[in-house]
Amino acid sequence: MILGIADPWVAAAYVLSVVGALACAVYGITHWNQGDEPAQAEDVRWAKEEKEEIEPTL
Amino acid sequence: MDIFTFVILLVYLLAIGYLGYQGYLQTKTASDYLVAGRNANPVVMALSYGATFISTSAIVGFGGVAANFGMGTLWLTVLNISVGIFIAFVVLGNPTRRMGHHLDAHTFPELMGKRFNSRLIQVLCALIIFLFMPLYAMAVIIGGAEFIGPVFHISYDAALYLFAVIVAAYVIAGGIKGVMLTDALQGAIMLVGMVVLLFVTYTKLGGFTAAHQMLTDMAPLVPKGLAEMGHKGWTAMPAFGWAAPGASPEAVKQVSLWWIMVSTIVMGVGVGVLAQPQLIVRFMTVKSKQALNRGVVAGGIFIFFMTGVAFVVGPLSNAYFAKQEAITCQIVDENALLDPGADNNGTLTRIAADAPPEVVKRAKAFVAYKLPAEKADAVPNYILKTPAMRIERGAEGRPDVIRPGMIAIARTVTLGTTLKGNSDTIIPRYVNSAFPKWFGVLFLLTLLSAAMSTLSSQFHTMGTAIGRDIFEVFGKGKSSRTVLITRLGIIAGLVTAIILGKLVRGNIIAVATAIFFGICAAAFLPSFLGALFWRRMTRAAAIASIVAGFVASAFWSVFINAKTAVGLGLCQSLFAKPTLVTKSLTFSETWTVVDPILVALPVSALVALLVTYLTKPLPAEHLDYVFGGAKPE
Repeated sequence: MILGIADPWVAAAYVLSVVGALACAVYGITHWNQGDEPAQAEDVRWAKEEKEEIEPTL
Repeated sequence: MDIFTFVILLVYLLAIGYLGYQGYLQTKTASDYLVAGRNANPVVMALSYGATFISTSAIVGFGGVAANFGMGTLWLTVLNISVGIFIAFVVLGNPTRRMGHHLDAHTFPELMGKRFNSRLIQVLCALIIFLFMPLYAMAVIIGGAEFIGPVFHISYDAALYLFAVIVAAYVIAGGIKGVMLTDALQGAIMLVGMVVLLFVTYTKLGGFTAAHQMLTDMAPLVPKGLAEMGHKGWTAMPAFGWAAPGASPEAVKQVSLWWIMVSTIVMGVGVGVLAQPQLIVRFMTVKSKQALNRGVVAGGIFIFFMTGVAFVVGPLSNAYFAKQEAITCQIVDENALLDPGADNNGTLTRIAADAPPEVVKRAKAFVAYKLPAEKADAVPNYILKTPAMRIERGAEGRPDVIRPGMIAIARTVTLGTTLKGNSDTIIPRYVNSAFPKWFGVLFLLTLLSAAMSTLSSQFHTMGTAIGRDIFEVFGKGKSSRTVLITRLGIIAGLVTAIILGKLVRGNIIAVATAIFFGICAAAFLPSFLGALFWRRMTRAAAIASIVAGFVASAFWSVFINAKTAVGLGLCQSLFAKPTLVTKSLTFSETWTVVDPILVALPVSALVALLVTYLTKPLPAEHLDYVFGGAKPE
């Protein structure tokens, strides 16, 4: 019995939900400064087109 | 609606409107950050993504299902976090962003179409989205309507229309453009609402362990119908097994709940999220992998407090309803009779004064009462009368008190439902009964935020599907009519969702959401993963996989899965039996409770594999271009 929950499968889901959220936090914090790159020309072109072509149609 | 609720609601709507207007003036949609070559704040980005992901469907619909089935539904939260956030952000996010920008694709169908150099794929994906997304929008709208009806003391239909008007006004006022601050404000309100919901629930029930223990001890109160399906209590997984071919109906039923919970609720939505078009396009609006890495922090925590809380509070509401609820009211009739129909399975209606004896005989006893805030001429509330119920009549004009002493789903049985109750109303009923007024208003804002942020992205996706992906493809490019077609598409989606919401009320939110997620997973997931990670995957394989996944999913829903096949009735009309798998020595009847996703997704993946190896790869220069090279001349 964990935290008043009788079935270990349910207790596991309860614990894994908390652990999963914490693991996401740890991953994000440890990779906080990784993966940065300057915006490429195609990124800016894409964003401009999104702004000028898609948003006005909505 | 009292003045307090009205003022708070007005302030909220004005704040959302103001932020939308500011966003419009200062152009602060996600793409603006990208145009400026900047990252949006990671918390804002993650809240915005989370608010799009989580809707009233998750909180009200799936929360209600969790109240019925138990805390085993927390496995969906595990998948929501590990798959819906971690895998989506860390594994799929960056390749989607890179490919989307490189190919200049702005919608999911466009991404698929350009990746496989096929307009047919673009149109196919768009058609599936446009035709089936209203089902999901319906689930979100019902989730809102089920809550605001009791808050405003108006009928479900009136609540549905009111909710639709609020959403339409929000969409028209610019909400659909996805101003990040608006989405993030909505995400923040949702977070506060759900944190308070969790904290107060545990406090009311004596803390973590005491609350769970109370629920564990309530296992003998599981209704007979659910116990026969394998329900073993709200803190236990249902009975697992696979009925042998030709097994007795009891043996088939005994393992059905496990399959419904795991295959439909957990797998259908938990895996299906990876193929949600409105979430996939979100990855294209971030600047770099760094933004996705940072978004994982707030994303994981946010989802935990959304579905995690809903799937804990839902089951715990049983303990509140059974042990603590006391309704302070004015009893109108202590022995009101409602008729469940000749088959005992119909919608409960009041019986006429001159009703025939057989109707009086089959009618069930209810207590009719009015809450202090309700007008004298309002239709009374009805609550099933059971032996556990305690009634304390107030003396000398003082209010009466009803202590129902019943579990959550029984508490929802009332005028207009069947005797099975309506799980979609459990969370609204719990919040309205167990919490003070101020929280009811906060929760109303939570649900409005949850609904608006998801609906705006759904309408965005439906609109671009019909305007950009179908009309522009057939119309050979952009024209002034694209705007008109897009907006008509959005209106058609909204109207369809409302009509569906009016037609199919009751225990439907989670099912409708799971059907849409399942269709997306079966039709899109293998080809989407292939598009991102498998150069060899061919155009024919993508088309075949989409068609096979969709057809398998539809076939299973219409002819095999008992819940959907019986509901649709096509199998009965064509083959004179409710589903094609009936008692025989060849097939196990447990197949009828297996969700389409467990069959259709492997079929779709297998077809993708086989056809890829049987057909010619795309030209090398196209593949080089798709995966980062220069565009071929």
